[in-house]
Amino acid sequence: MKKAPEKALDPEPTVPRAFTTVSGRTIEGLYRPEGVGDLDYDRDLGDPGQYPFTRGIHESMYRGKVWTMRQFAGFGSATQTNERFKYLLEHGVQGLSVAFDLPTLMGRDPDHPLALGEVGKCGVAITSLADMETLFQGIPMDQVSTSMTINSPAAMILAFYIIVGEKTGVPESRLAGTLQADILKEFIAQKEFIYPPRPSMRIVVDMIRYCTERMPNWNSISISGYHIREAGSTAAQELAFTLRDGIEYVQWCVDAGMRVDDFAPRLSFFFNSHSDFFEEIAKFRAARRLWARTMKERFGATNPRAWMCRFHAQTAGVSLTAQQPYNNVVRTALQALAAVLGGAQSLHTNSLDEALALPTEEAATIALRTQQVIAYESGVVNTPDPLAGSYFLEKLTNDLEAEALEYFRRIDAMGGMVAAIERGFPQREIQDAAFRFQRAVERREKIIVGVNAHVMEEKRFPTLYIGENVGVEQAARVAALKATRDSGRVRRSLDELKRVARGNENLMNPILEAARAYATLGEMCDALREVWGEYEEPALF
Amino acid sequence: MTGMTSRRIRVVIAKPGLDGHDRGAKVVARALRDAGMEVIYTGLRQSPEQIVGAAEQEDADIVGLSILSGAHLPICRRVLDLLRERRMEGVRVFVGGIIPAQDVPELRKMGVAEVFLPGASTQDVVRMIESAVSPR
Repeated sequence: MKKAPEKALDPEPTVPRAFTTVSGRTIEGLYRPEGVGDLDYDRDLGDPGQYPFTRGIHESMYRGKVWTMRQFAGFGSATQTNERFKYLLEHGVQGLSVAFDLPTLMGRDPDHPLALGEVGKCGVAITSLADMETLFQGIPMDQVSTSMTINSPAAMILAFYIIVGEKTGVPESRLAGTLQADILKEFIAQKEFIYPPRPSMRIVVDMIRYCTERMPNWNSISISGYHIREAGSTAAQELAFTLRDGIEYVQWCVDAGMRVDDFAPRLSFFFNSHSDFFEEIAKFRAARRLWARTMKERFGATNPRAWMCRFHAQTAGVSLTAQQPYNNVVRTALQALAAVLGGAQSLHTNSLDEALALPTEEAATIALRTQQVIAYESGVVNTPDPLAGSYFLEKLTNDLEAEALEYFRRIDAMGGMVAAIERGFPQREIQDAAFRFQRAVERREKIIVGVNAHVMEEKRFPTLYIGENVGVEQAARVAALKATRDSGRVRRSLDELKRVARGNENLMNPILEAARAYATLGEMCDALREVWGEYEEPALF
Repeated sequence: MTGMTSRRIRVVIAKPGLDGHDRGAKVVARALRDAGMEVIYTGLRQSPEQIVGAAEQEDADIVGLSILSGAHLPICRRVLDLLRERRMEGVRVFVGGIIPAQDVPELRKMGVAEVFLPGASTQDVVRMIESAVSPR
């Protein structure tokens, strides 16, 4: 490639830059002991594995076991994704993570008008139990743990997974993995909601109850800040809204009569690992301390596992650029390092083509190799929480915790997170932060290499291409399924689902029966739409 | 702006398809409003029919589609077909989102005025609209 004369295209930034983080936090010229005030080691940090877990949830951290390298994948048909899963497992991935397409995420069958062009595009199309059987063909479900990123129709997808396990001889009690099932952050940030907030919360509570009683190795929910951050929040907002969502789920479960020590140990978290290195590490440490204190002091949990904030991290997709995509490998490596220094239990690293398309096999491999280099070459795994005691990091940790507590106070005063969402509070806070960041980039107060500084002419970059045929094929598969299944059993199971939805028995039982009858995801979700209606948020900007 | 003879540019910003990632749509909507345009944001999950209906009802000069899901080709084609069917060819269409570079020529060929890829500045969007929309 002919190199463009850089100076001509790109004069150096002239606006003086303030010393701020990517979230706009001002950073001082020097941090000294007095900045961390009366920091008490036992009270505020504790050894790794000790309350309040600021330094990590395990005593030996990565000396005992490095984090789970869990790469999110899915595209096209169940057959195509099954092949990618097998490829990833052969190359050292330890846990699977399923990305579903938008029709699946929104509970729509592939022949629905709004599914136009969306089938198999940003994830795999799973319309019924039959597709889940294909997706896990030849994968030992008792040996891999599986994370499934699905929210509104999470209960149906969990039912498919349980039944495939059953059919291949793995009982639900032995299935290991995580269901995202975090509907609150959908209302706040990612917007893949179907039903109004309150019935949506009921499904979550029913699932948590089911998993608590029958699936001891299953994380019933993954309370997610990732999407809140991608939508443009600051680090403090990500921390605050995620943990306050966690409080909301715990409160609803307690109100439904569950014991916090029984279900809370299986709650898990999912954070973004963004570009500002120290602020992110501090955020992870603050999350652990804040959650431990909240569970112990606010909910009276006595089971130490209920105090632990176990979390998955993903590097920040939103920070990656379409320009000079190879630079994204470097960004991702730094963000992954922050997640590791922050004590993540599992990690997804984004591929360098994130801002262009779904990853090619080559790009996905480099992303995985990035984690392996950190784990096996950098030496950062040799001792837990190596940055503890840094005046700067401890001050940041304290500040983030205090800012999150202030948000807790405001949301509590509104009557909780569901009430805050109904009045648009977290949505507005995030939207304002996103706009402030964009303005800062356009004024070059924030520099993004390759975008508003150090720009070069771009050369063509090969990306994964997913054709339009997946939608047609998937619709044909569903039509064939509908022609062969027992339609009477399907109808009866959907009627039963509606009956239970109107009452208050656990929804998991009729959902499992409908899934066994090969009712489609769209049919099950429509049955609940009939009872609860659909949520439409006010279109504000 | 000359007051009596010209009016504010009217823009419909829409999120077609099933995707809910609305950060870009909202940032652009706000920047266009700050630039003095009349902005109508449709909200999420609008069908091409609903979007063209909104453009008609709001007497829009231009429609901006935010698409990150990979469905940009069929959706843009449908929106442009509907505009032609309803004799609304004067309404321009622009697109922003995660769009592979190899699809840009095809989008231009079907009549899309401009395609904004990740990293585009909102000021570029403002300038494009000001030059694409003739004052009336």
